[in-house]
Amino acid sequence: MIELENVAYSYGGGELLSDISIKLTPGSFYFLTGPSGAGKTTLLKLCYGALLPTAGQVRVMGNDVRNLDRDGVAMMRRNVGVVHQDVKFLDHLPVADNIALPLTVSGRQNEAGGADLGELLAWVGLNHRSAGLPPELSGGERQRAALARAVIMSPDVVLADEPTGNVDWEMSQRLLKLLIELNKMGKTVLIATHDLSLIRAAKSEVQARVLRISNRRLQLAGADL
Amino acid sequence: MKFTVSEIRSLLAGDKQADRVVPPSGFTAQLTLFAAGVMAFLAVFALALSLASGRLAARWGDELARTSTIRIVAPVGERAIQTDAALRVLETTAGVETARALTDAEQQALLSPWFGSGIDLHSLPVPRLIEVVENPSGFDAEGLRLRLAAEVPAAFLDDHTRWRAPLVQAANRLRFLGWVAILLIGAAVGAMVTLAANAALAANAQVVAVLRLVGATDRYIAEAFIRRFTIRAFIGATVGMILGMLAVLLLPSASDDAGFLTGLGFQGVGWLAPLLIPVMAGGVALIATRIASRKALEALS
Repeated sequence: MIELENVAYSYGGGELLSDISIKLTPGSFYFLTGPSGAGKTTLLKLCYGALLPTAGQVRVMGNDVRNLDRDGVAMMRRNVGVVHQDVKFLDHLPVADNIALPLTVSGRQNEAGGADLGELLAWVGLNHRSAGLPPELSGGERQRAALARAVIMSPDVVLADEPTGNVDWEMSQRLLKLLIELNKMGKTVLIATHDLSLIRAAKSEVQARVLRISNRRLQLAGADL
Repeated sequence: MKFTVSEIRSLLAGDKQADRVVPPSGFTAQLTLFAAGVMAFLAVFALALSLASGRLAARWGDELARTSTIRIVAPVGERAIQTDAALRVLETTAGVETARALTDAEQQALLSPWFGSGIDLHSLPVPRLIEVVENPSGFDAEGLRLRLAAEVPAAFLDDHTRWRAPLVQAANRLRFLGWVAILLIGAAVGAMVTLAANAALAANAQVVAVLRLVGATDRYIAEAFIRRFTIRAFIGATVGMILGMLAVLLLPSASDDAGFLTGLGFQGVGWLAPLLIPVMAGGVALIATRIASRKALEALS
């Protein structure tokens, strides 16, 4: 899975994260919280190899990310689903093709037959939008499309960076429900958010661990929420 | 710059899905096609020049090297006697394979470009010409000159050396320049494709970021661009080559009267040589895009 050991990250002469240690266990559900600028996004980027730690070790699926070249990082990302707040798509491709993109780039496009992709589109409620282009989607639809893209390779881990940041309450609940469903399918889910109401809303649905970044360090804010 | 067999196979086979991930780049694509076409058009002419110069150099170098001319400069009444005497000398000269006096018709044909047809050679002080072809061992030109001076004072030997050597040198230089032009055209295609590929990669930085996020390797991303530019260069060069060959076809046909310029074209299997131009343009584009994409992806990481 994903394991950080005494990780630090510095940028521009300042240390953003210090002595971070965490091991994401299979099938767990995590919230990562903290004020804006605390380093939530940085920590997530360290988890999927977009950034390299300045100290310590990050292991993803047993591989030290420092030892991976760019292609190694690319291969590793096929096993880690990522959802961003400002999700990016290839705007010239239909939504369905964007969702199937991880399969396309890994040469497994034939595995996403119409039925599988259709089921995924139905799961995120975007069947009617499959032929449309990404710029035509609303904020909530973009986030759901990003979630579908993140899970189409059936990764063991899903990392979501402020997935509800640009959507209304109703849509954020819908996204949360999808992420909880993923967790119930056995996926490890880590959601970075500063929205405490989202964490409270998850209380009745899932057992989640809440991690908080404060003063560059990671603290366990609460268990059995 | 090494290409593995699987890389070349996947490039040739193509991947429709992969090709679609890079957005169409309209104007850049048209410019690449146009530039490749123009370069191929010019390359056809450079190739034609090079091959024609090569033929000329070979002709002047090999065929004319074995021939000499003897001029009989004598009054009209003595011309035939002096000609026969010179021919007798040649018959007994070691190294001479054949020797014959040009007929009036042949001499008229030689002069017709300057004096027009139907001229009366007997009314002009035109020397009689004897064509001498030497055998592979050749003859002693200086010895023959001395013998002619003694026995046929009206005969002058011209072994073509004086004017042939600079012509052969000029033809060889023209051939060399033709190949240099082809190399420069190839380099220009490479530079143009590199610039276009760099521009395309820079313009598609967000596409690259998305592809990397979903697990695309550098090779996958690069191949999408490489295929695109290779195919564009190949198609553009094919069109340019066809137009270039049509233009060469429309040149006046080669003839002995009109000289070198009308011989600027292809002959025999030489017509197949331009077919290599699109292949080479594609190859140059493939290498140039690969280098450019490798550097650009490095910079975008």
